[in-house]
Amino acid sequence: MSSLPSTPAKVPFYRNLTALKWALQILALLLVFALLFWLYSNYQENISKSNIQTDLRFLDNPANFTIPGNDFDQSQPVRDAFVQGFLNTIRVSFVGIILATILGTLVGIARLSKNFMVRTLGTVYVELIRNLPLLLLITFMNLGVVLQAFPRIEDAWVPFDLFVVSNRGIAIPWYLGPTGQLVLIIFAAIVIAFVVGKLRIRQADKSGTQDRAWVYGFVVFAIVLIGSWIIFGYSFETPFVEGRGTTGGLRIDPSLFALLASLVIYTSSHIAEIVRGSILAVNRGQGEAADAIALSGSQKMRLIILPQAFRIAMPAIGNQYLNLIKNTSLGATISYFELTQVAQITVGNGSPAVPAFTLTLLVYLGISLTTSLVVNYFNRRLALVER
Amino acid sequence: MITWIRRNLFRSVTDGILTILSSALLFYVIWQALQFVFVTGRWEIIQVNLKILLVGRFPDELIYLLGFSLLALVFGISSLAAGGRGPGKQIKLARTIWEAFQRFGLLIATGALLIALGGDMASLLFGLYVILAVIAGRIFGSIRRKTALSKLPGIVWVLINVLPALSLIFISISQAALEEWGGFLINFYLAIVSIALCFPLGILLALGRRSALPLLRWLSTAYIELIRGAPLFVLLLLAGVALEFFIPASITPDPIFRSVTVFTLFTAAYLAEVIRGGLQSIPKGQAEAGKALGMSATKITVLITLPQALRNVIPAQIGQFISLFKDTTLAGVALSVFELLNVGTAITKQDDYLGQGLVYESLAFVGLLFWVGSYVMSRESQRIEKKLGVGIR
Repeated sequence: MSSLPSTPAKVPFYRNLTALKWALQILALLLVFALLFWLYSNYQENISKSNIQTDLRFLDNPANFTIPGNDFDQSQPVRDAFVQGFLNTIRVSFVGIILATILGTLVGIARLSKNFMVRTLGTVYVELIRNLPLLLLITFMNLGVVLQAFPRIEDAWVPFDLFVVSNRGIAIPWYLGPTGQLVLIIFAAIVIAFVVGKLRIRQADKSGTQDRAWVYGFVVFAIVLIGSWIIFGYSFETPFVEGRGTTGGLRIDPSLFALLASLVIYTSSHIAEIVRGSILAVNRGQGEAADAIALSGSQKMRLIILPQAFRIAMPAIGNQYLNLIKNTSLGATISYFELTQVAQITVGNGSPAVPAFTLTLLVYLGISLTTSLVVNYFNRRLALVER
Repeated sequence: MITWIRRNLFRSVTDGILTILSSALLFYVIWQALQFVFVTGRWEIIQVNLKILLVGRFPDELIYLLGFSLLALVFGISSLAAGGRGPGKQIKLARTIWEAFQRFGLLIATGALLIALGGDMASLLFGLYVILAVIAGRIFGSIRRKTALSKLPGIVWVLINVLPALSLIFISISQAALEEWGGFLINFYLAIVSIALCFPLGILLALGRRSALPLLRWLSTAYIELIRGAPLFVLLLLAGVALEFFIPASITPDPIFRSVTVFTLFTAAYLAEVIRGGLQSIPKGQAEAGKALGMSATKITVLITLPQALRNVIPAQIGQFISLFKDTTLAGVALSVFELLNVGTAITKQDDYLGQGLVYESLAFVGLLFWVGSYVMSRESQRIEKKLGVGIR
């Protein structure tokens, strides 16, 4: 047997893997620092030349603008305007995510329908919307639909005497009563319904019957809601045209409607593709097994396919939620007063641009990170526990 | 036929109702669309502004440069498509035509529409030249397969086909300043330049995020997550006011420079995630085989894992390119770049058309161009996906 080449007693440092790895990392770090330093020195040099404000003191200045659909006063500080913009962003994102999920799931299922016409309709919808720029949709909704196709306030559409649709916005029936109380009641109703559903599942597991926890939960939710509605004496108020505006109900600004509609349409076309892909990705054996135990078509979809499909779809759908939230910034192009629009206006009014936009970016970053934490939490909850 | 109808349209009562409802909706939409296109639409606004929609304020006397660039590009692409290695399959003529129609019918139809809108001899002739360039490219490509040219290394072949187009494009840039570019041209320019620039950065970030070295990993992850958490629109706005502070005072950034910078930095983060997905899809055995052969870590990455990873995610990369292509519209509102959507809304405010509600016509035209571009690209990416067999296991 030939002797192995003897290894040297001490590895020189330039061949020592640990040393090399550290050297490489430090080199990379130095490069990044050099880049940052270069940017920073440029920044310092240019700032000293132009003498503009770089801190956040502008937040205390009066805002000097008003926000439509809000009792925001001109003399309030810019800080409050940012808070209002933030709330508007959250509002659009929240409603948009819910509506886009519902519409997207429906269209995604429709694309796999056995019915030829439904399938075609779904395909046309998805292929048409997915390949258009979102900004085009928003511009179209704003200029083409809300401002041009909707009637003027004098001859507004009043379907069923419940809604008022005009180019000054859409008014919908809304309850009368304190907001905080209603939110609390809805929250309580959800909790009670959840608990009842859980109890029902436990009971059903013992007796071996079908649980129908969703039905139970929903009925309890409705009962609690209607009961407290009657107890606290809320009432509905339908909007009506008065002069050159509407009174009563909840008024949705034209820009809000345009933004919300286009975000929902655009995102739902992406969610539909994800849902379709996930349904197709569910193991075929699962559907065949459902057929074998003679579940009906809707039972097969509801109990076997969709729960597993959503597990697959969850990360991708979470990404779409993040996209939707970030895309609300396009509301600024049709002057919906969300975060970006507020930043743009304060900058136009003389606030320093760099800190204002940086602050806006950081807020979006915060929203995105929070959302992805929530999505990741549900993702972990839903993930298949493997050996 | 009747069985088909019963199976696909009227399985049960609810199915029948759904069929009737959805057909009614579909036919109503189609009817409205047809009526808009052929009866009520006033397309003269597009006809008059066709040039500004397509190329912006590009100087008239230099437009021939764009024409030649397009011809060279078409020639190069079709030659590359025809001259790939591998045995030429014998396919029946009818089938070839049908496949070509499926793949390019939409593009041809759009081209024909543009010629019709242009409405003069020159645009018709140019359409003919484009067709000739395609045919010439195919012939040139097939010559390569049959003659000694096939011994050329692939990279030289690619260069032969790409260089004329590239040099013509550079000549166009040097002749007509970028500020004069506009319309659909600038959308394409922004998308292509940004994707080309962000590619190296994206690869580095992806490798960094997968690296075993903690510092590199953290830096790349931080960059990717920071960029992915920020809206592109706000980044563009920020670049609009702040970019000049971070670069030497000798460079004065114009809107196009700003948007290319932002698009590049932004897309790099997303591309890095796509490439990371590709790297994760490579089985461990590949790298281990490289190690067994005594290759260094760099060699394993460059020669084994990275090429396979990039190949596996070609469809996802095209998807990223499509979304960048659509996002170039944001440069219009954020930085007043004179791109297609911006032009489309601006022409409705011309004196001749102001307040006549011609938004539908101009937005329909803008939408058509974007739609055809994205749709054709996504179809091609599906074709590549099938060819690679990535989706099917």
